[in-house]
Amino acid sequence: MVQVHHYDAVIVGAGGAGLRAALEAGKRCKTAVVSKLYPTRSHTGAAQGGMCAALANVEEDSWEWHAFDTVKGSDFLADQDAVDIMCKEAVDSVLELERMGLPFNRTPEGRIDQRRFGGHTRNHGEAAVRRSCYAADRTGHMILQTLFQQCNKEGVEFYNEFFVVDLLLVDGSCAGIVAYELASGALHVFRAKSVLFATGGYGKMFKITSNAHTLTGDGPGVVYRRGLPLEDMEFFQFHPTGLYRLGILLSEAARGEGGILRNSDGERFMERYAPTIKDLAPRDMVSRAEFFEIKEGRGTGPDRDYILLDVTGVDPEVVEKKLPDITEFSRTYLGVDPLKEGVPIVPTAHYAMGGIPTNVQAEVLRNHEGDIVPGLYAAGECACVSVHGANRLGTNSLLDLVVFGRRGGVAMAEHALGNDLLDIPDDAHKPSQDWIAWLMDGESLESSAEVRTALQDEMWDKASVVRTEESLAHCLEEIARLRQRLGRSKVKDRSKIFNTELVEHMELGFMVDMAEALVVSARARTESRGGHYREDHQLREDDHWMKHTFIYKRDDGTTELGYKDVVAGRYEPVERKY
Amino acid sequence: MKVHLRLLRFNPETDGEPHFEEYTVEADPMDRLLDCLHQVKWRHDSSLALRRSCAHGICGSDTMLINGVNALACKVLVKDMKQPVTVEPMRGLPVIKDFIVDMEPFFAGYRAVKPWLIPDPDAHEPARERIQTPDERERFDDTTKCILCAACTTSCPIFWSDTEYVGPAAIVNAHRFIFDSRDYGSRERLQILSGKGGVFKCRTAFNCTAACPRGIKVTKAIQEVKRAALYDTF
Ligand SMILES: Cc1cc2nc3c(=O)[nH]c(=O)nc-3n(C[C@H](O)[C@H](O)[C@H](O)COP(=O)(O)OP(=O)(O)OC[C@H]3O[C@@H](n4cnc5c(N)ncnc54)[C@H](O)[C@@H]3O)c2cc1C
Ligand code: SF4
Ligand code: FES
Repeated sequence: MVQVHHYDAVIVGAGGAGLRAALEAGKRCKTAVVSKLYPTRSHTGAAQGGMCAALANVEEDSWEWHAFDTVKGSDFLADQDAVDIMCKEAVDSVLELERMGLPFNRTPEGRIDQRRFGGHTRNHGEAAVRRSCYAADRTGHMILQTLFQQCNKEGVEFYNEFFVVDLLLVDGSCAGIVAYELASGALHVFRAKSVLFATGGYGKMFKITSNAHTLTGDGPGVVYRRGLPLEDMEFFQFHPTGLYRLGILLSEAARGEGGILRNSDGERFMERYAPTIKDLAPRDMVSRAEFFEIKEGRGTGPDRDYILLDVTGVDPEVVEKKLPDITEFSRTYLGVDPLKEGVPIVPTAHYAMGGIPTNVQAEVLRNHEGDIVPGLYAAGECACVSVHGANRLGTNSLLDLVVFGRRGGVAMAEHALGNDLLDIPDDAHKPSQDWIAWLMDGESLESSAEVRTALQDEMWDKASVVRTEESLAHCLEEIARLRQRLGRSKVKDRSKIFNTELVEHMELGFMVDMAEALVVSARARTESRGGHYREDHQLREDDHWMKHTFIYKRDDGTTELGYKDVVAGRYEPVERKY
Repeated sequence: MKVHLRLLRFNPETDGEPHFEEYTVEADPMDRLLDCLHQVKWRHDSSLALRRSCAHGICGSDTMLINGVNALACKVLVKDMKQPVTVEPMRGLPVIKDFIVDMEPFFAGYRAVKPWLIPDPDAHEPARERIQTPDERERFDDTTKCILCAACTTSCPIFWSDTEYVGPAAIVNAHRFIFDSRDYGSRERLQILSGKGGVFKCRTAFNCTAACPRGIKVTKAIQEVKRAALYDTF
């Protein structure tokens, strides 16, 4: 049985980006939010550090300085028109959140307090600046809660635990989506004049990640399978301080407060890699340094496979008060007391810079020439505007969510008010229905759980912090094999009510697509830039590579690449030295 | 090491009644119960149904009754659990399947207390941020930590027996606004909370405080709201 719904605007995803968009669209037209998780379960709630905006509440600052830092941090791959917009609108976006009730920490005068964060500087790199607005170490949690509160106040309509499986396009324009309802097993067609994807990241394709189990790239996957491109998939951020084995994130604040990274000799090895700012170098550099320390046998522990984060030199009161997350996570999950000993850490797959390509109105691009798909929008981590280029600065993602979530919400409502619902065939849900029926029919010859583990291991070993032609070629072959194995794997549970095996199976399918797109894009880019490091091409090559990668999946299953020039601006590429 | 699990299973499509099933999985002492449940699902019985997402105590998805106590499956480690580990769905909410319960009554209680900022109706929208001192901000810090996991509410004996009671989590979220200097909605909220389903149902059993994975002093928050309702002390 299929149920059909009619809306002006439908938003897929209820994290920071989706909820921010919903508040705008909901004010203007008939809006629904469709989310596989209950909204407050979204991973935005895990963000700790803060959100940058040049409020200048505690010291001189300007949005241009913020823009410079963002462009430099991106290793000059960000589009500077988009960066300007984000950094300019950052100020209002933060103030707006305060007015919605977000409990920011305060200065003695009662203004929003601000603190330092990696990569954010005054006057083009002179010194660290206090730019990050924060709410203890729970900034993301507070954003998610505050936006959810406002959505309840405004009576936004939610379809929770609805898993979106397909995008409906009619003559190249968006006509709606198809979703699978977990509670009943029914399919729902949401006809809509405009649709916005805000499905978050896809770090779960890696063995070690700070991402939730549910961050599997469904949104980009759905779009990609409809022949639309994904942008800059090779750029994935590996954060240097993930808890050993688990990948749970310890915030940069640990190093900001004076924490030091040490190898098995007890050496502060970052002095060798970034003599000036040492442990506070950008995430990609520190992660690589850790990788090489471990590779060259200077890792710690019985298997010499981790690094120690040492905060024993920091005032214990500061650790307890300002770094409660670190203390709690290390004590709970590793049984290590950071006040007494080093905390075992490794790089962890953290943030997807790439995703669904959009322009600054959050309109989705259909090709690398910049043409759009009418009625289709994307915002947040699943989108690529691109404001983060090859490497995102800390605190710029929460900002991206609210700035482009708001823009997307406004733009999609305007589109909806000026256009009619597109006619769709009666059997628009058929491909989804057939897919699910196929997954639930016949004997399973492979375990999808094993395929998942194999994918995560392979992506971690061959396509993470350091890559080569050889490792990527190997990875691509393995992905092809895993795709075949997944094709022989069926869902054994045939129930209709909360069939979470079915959902996990579909998620894994999207993850395989994301992995393939990442590896193909990474193999083609024969340079190193930001989060993409090629041991066989160690230099950044601005003559050839000041361009964004676009990858397309063709009907026969092959992939195709295209490139789009980076939007230049005030800042010329220079070497990124720290 | 081996971990023995006794899981209370219920499949609405085939079972008349919930029943225990036993499993043995291989795990590290530092593994989470959630990892063990995944092992069951991925190796033994793929139909096991549970909610989870973040796997580190942040999203509030996986509250369960673990050896008789409410906790997040991703925050309890193997080494800290008595074996066999008995896992049941949280109490007081209708069970849909295995560990998945119907959360709607819980969220209905939450929404009933108007958990959103109600600004001063007479003031103009400020151009910048509203001013709030660090002390004023500190006043409601504890209750901003809530992740709506329902561990408190579903460990409350009053909530189990009285369907009108909004439950501890709703009061925690009301507290978060009642004691926020920027909020002007306390009168409305306290009126609701003084009513039949409100704070005076609480018999101070303290189960809620013990259950909260965020360390929120739930009973204290409830007491403060009671006092505010009686004496206007907000
Ligand atoms: C541990 C951690 C700490 C971080 N700290 C910071 C920080 O301090 N500052 C900062 O700026 N950034 C930080 N980040 C990054 C930032 O938090 C994320 O990039 C951001 O929150 C993503 O938000 P989102 O709205 O795009 O997606 P999410 O919040 O992940 O939400 C995704 C939504 O999409 C829905 N969804 C997904 N697939 C489907 C589907 N198939 N059908 C229906 N719905 C679907 C989900 O239900 C969910 O509601 C951090 C990230 C992590 C992991
Ligand atoms: S108060 Fe604590 S136990 Fe209750 S819902 Fe909030 S986080 Fe969970
Ligand atoms: S899975 Fe998020 S709290 Fe346990």
